[in-house]
Amino acid sequence: MRSARACLASLLGSGGMIVLLIVLTAAGTALVQPRFFNALNIINILRNAAILSVASMGQMLVMVAGGFDLSVGVIVALASVQTALLSGIIAGWMPDAPILALILATLLTMVTGALIGSVNGAFVSVFRLSPFMVTLAMSSVVMGVTFYVTKGIPIYGLPDAFMNGIGRGMIGRCPVVVVIAVAIVAAVIILQRATTLGRHIYAVGSSPHAARVSGVRVRPLLIGVYAVSGAAAAIAGILLTARIGSGQSTLGGTLALETIAASVVGGVSLLGGTGRAERVMLGALFLSLVANALNLLRIDSKYQTLVLGVVLIAAVCIESLSGVRRRHD
Amino acid sequence: MAGGAHLLELIGARKRFAGSVALDNVDFDLRAGEVHVLFGENGAGKSTLINVITGNVAPDAGEYRLAGAVVPHMTPRLARDSGLASVFQEFSLAPDLSVADNLFLGREPNRVTFLNARAMRKAAGEFLARLRFNVPPEALVSRLSRAERQMVEIAKALMDPHARILILDEPTASLTDADAEKLFAIIADLKKRGVGVIYVSHRMREIRQLADRITILRGGRLVATVPAGGVTESQLVELMVGRPIGDLYPKINHHPAEVRLAVEKLSSKDGRVRDVSLNVRAGEVVGLAGLVGCGKGEVGRLVFGLDAIAGGRVTVDGQAVGRPAPREMLRSGVCYFPADRGQDGLAFNRPVRENASAAALDLRAIGGGGLLRLREEARRVQSVLQRLSVRPLAPEQQVVQFSGGNRQKIMLARGLMRDIRVYLFDEPTVGIDIGAKAEIYALVRDLTEAGAAVLLSSSELPELLYLANRIYVMHEGAIVDELSGENKTEAAILACFFGRKQSDSAAGSRTAA
Repeated sequence: MRSARACLASLLGSGGMIVLLIVLTAAGTALVQPRFFNALNIINILRNAAILSVASMGQMLVMVAGGFDLSVGVIVALASVQTALLSGIIAGWMPDAPILALILATLLTMVTGALIGSVNGAFVSVFRLSPFMVTLAMSSVVMGVTFYVTKGIPIYGLPDAFMNGIGRGMIGRCPVVVVIAVAIVAAVIILQRATTLGRHIYAVGSSPHAARVSGVRVRPLLIGVYAVSGAAAAIAGILLTARIGSGQSTLGGTLALETIAASVVGGVSLLGGTGRAERVMLGALFLSLVANALNLLRIDSKYQTLVLGVVLIAAVCIESLSGVRRRHD
Repeated sequence: MAGGAHLLELIGARKRFAGSVALDNVDFDLRAGEVHVLFGENGAGKSTLINVITGNVAPDAGEYRLAGAVVPHMTPRLARDSGLASVFQEFSLAPDLSVADNLFLGREPNRVTFLNARAMRKAAGEFLARLRFNVPPEALVSRLSRAERQMVEIAKALMDPHARILILDEPTASLTDADAEKLFAIIADLKKRGVGVIYVSHRMREIRQLADRITILRGGRLVATVPAGGVTESQLVELMVGRPIGDLYPKINHHPAEVRLAVEKLSSKDGRVRDVSLNVRAGEVVGLAGLVGCGKGEVGRLVFGLDAIAGGRVTVDGQAVGRPAPREMLRSGVCYFPADRGQDGLAFNRPVRENASAAALDLRAIGGGGLLRLREEARRVQSVLQRLSVRPLAPEQQVVQFSGGNRQKIMLARGLMRDIRVYLFDEPTVGIDIGAKAEIYALVRDLTEAGAAVLLSSSELPELLYLANRIYVMHEGAIVDELSGENKTEAAILACFFGRKQSDSAAGSRTAA
């Protein structure tokens, strides 16, 4: 038992497991459905994985710091609606500079996401509330605002440049969305490996008391981490909006769960203190692959959420079995 | 009574864990009415041996006999049913239940009704009173201090009227001397009733006082089992570490110079520290003594900015500190080392390197501009770990894989990673073995003789008496007396423990064994 656990831990620790899963899923799907390796299908998977990766970066940072963010899904929906509305309004103010208007709209949307996140962080760190409850309640609040604004009706009329440039755009043979996601993941990798801030996030997640004794200011750090998660969710929402071409208040329904699943599959500990950006990106890729495989195999979308749940439970079980156990001697 | 019948025998016990030998052909026996001390460094195999005895770990080889009868396969349940009771360092109490509920947990009277709950509380109260443990049976365990929880833990093990064998793993680690004496009286009583006690401890005084026989383990092997009367302390320590070891407490040459840390009328918001004034000079160790709960441990936390201050002033190197906060204190050369390494001190699932450098990331050479110089960090950590002789020297391993003594060294490494001139230690040697203790004392000596100012809060009187130049004694949050030179005696400190100023009372009315 002990050696099996050690094997599992080292496999998870090295990230080998997730690569293995990806290869097996891809090979298996391709065997049954040769269309899998179609260039269009691959690009489709990569786009989905890219957007999920961006939102998962924020989720992962919060989890590494010892928390949870269940509000990423509703922030995606709000961001989608906000970008669509704002780009229209601002374009009305400055009809000569549609691109600038678009940039302003996306920036403001990111600020909104960060603000929502920092309110989450403030409740968690200052009032010491459970991250689970705070972000769940915040989800309800944000969802309410989004539905109030849109009444559930999609918002059309986004500039073409937005969809063609970002959503469907390609740089060479690589989708723009993927380039953006890879850049963000790279930035998070640098944050985690090579900055004092990244180190502090690990320290706070592993032991907030120890971090404090070492001179880390825990509260501002937590507020900042939740703010980053909100901003990352907003970016994911913007990218998703650019893909589908309209502002939708129904986006992101299962995204909170998906980002947590991507993180856990990518080796992030539910106890905090461990987790790496590159592996979470692989986790997101794996989940997107599975969803794509289910589509190709013509499995009803109802079963897809079922599969997501099963994957999440399996990942949590594996994480717990291989997890660090605090014992003497 | 050391010649009683064999309660338990273990012959040729062996256990391997993933390539390393935890127990190698160890014999152990326990007789009725004796206290058998298990002695050894962390990692010597004591825990594994106890786990084999309690059935938590199945040995790879060896014979297990209880009262002469061979037990082919011991399990925790069978152990409990055969009258083995144990108290481990890690608490097994449910924090949200009351003391009484915890004492009866798993052995409740058949139907727990309202009346029975009351009866349970009464029985628990009587039992605690018989043990002379001053813990209210209706109190929630989460509200109790560490020492009180320890008492409940011991009471819980003793609740079983059929207990024939009692295993105590460092039971006094968080008890005051007065409460430890109560425990010793109980142990003496149990011995008379023919109970055999397996007792794990690093504390020489206790071993002297309690042991009938001592078994010394080293590296998973049995070194010797000796009668307690026939062996001196230094022989024991040499048997344990396998090499001669100089005197445990080094001679420190104190050269008190300028005042590094001055505290004036410092009070905490929670009221646990009241109007404390003290100073620590460069080149001396200053001790803080007092009973558990007297506030001595909180002084360091207040000075370092971890707890809220109600009033008073902290001055470092002549500069008044407005409102102490850890980051600013580190920058002005003050470092605090908490007693509870697991809770407050270390990030267990992060590598040693990150823990060692955690308080030094704002240094320009390591983390200037927010970017880490990973190579420089690794180089510095390596040299500090070498200086502290952390074993194994594996900076990328998680802290959780290290023994207590090495964990303490990893925490101390923080103080050596940057220019620290004031060291605030809280119980720096709790729960670590003698070899590591000696190394930590030697480090304190080196730091002090190099001009550091050291404030040492400790519940171990010998530690304070040997290491400190001056000792402040606290009682109920306030400083009662300052002892130095010839006044610095065990009797004087003990007198102050109960709130009497040493000069007001006839010293020596209560001396410890």
